[in-house]
Amino acid sequence: MDILAIFFLVTGLIFFTGGAIGIIRMPDFYSRLHPAGKLDTLGIFAMVLGLIFYSLHHFSMDTLISILKMLLIVFFVFLSSPTATHSIVDAGMRAGLRHWTKKKRR
Amino acid sequence: MSTFFLCTALFLCFLMLASLYRAIFGPTVLDRLVGVNAIGSKTVILLLLIGFLYGRVEMFIDIALAYAFLNFITVLAASRYFHKRKGLYEESFLE
Repeated sequence: MDILAIFFLVTGLIFFTGGAIGIIRMPDFYSRLHPAGKLDTLGIFAMVLGLIFYSLHHFSMDTLISILKMLLIVFFVFLSSPTATHSIVDAGMRAGLRHWTKKKRR
Repeated sequence: MSTFFLCTALFLCFLMLASLYRAIFGPTVLDRLVGVNAIGSKTVILLLLIGFLYGRVEMFIDIALAYAFLNFITVLAASRYFHKRKGLYEESFLE
């Protein structure tokens, strides 16, 4: 059971590193949003899955409740992260931020 | 096992520095918002890990849940605030 926990935690970390590198390297504001929004959500999901597996192997009533709460957090992040990213893009488009195009640098 | 949690927590702090870089040097204001959003989502996980490290899981899960709510509301409020601002356009030209 511990191996599963470690495996999921490591995959979560990989997603987070992908997100962090994506935030820095991407050329433009909109493309920078792409990894940030997605990979963080997926990273949270993978790491919480790992923590759930870790807390599964001494299973009792109160761990069940904490597992449910962790799933609630994951569910809420799944709901909130896309809407947050959407509102950021909406603010960017409304303020006239043009996306990066291959031909001209600006 | 708890040392493994400690290493993941430290690695998460290091990743936060990466998104902090974007929050500081982001050309436009909204890039900073993206950086702060990334840091917020990493803090949620950091809180959970700390909860597991110190053994008080229930308490830290509630704190992480509250922090997830706050992070979401902050990003919404900030992006709502930047709706009408025309200043972003010139800044993005300076890139």
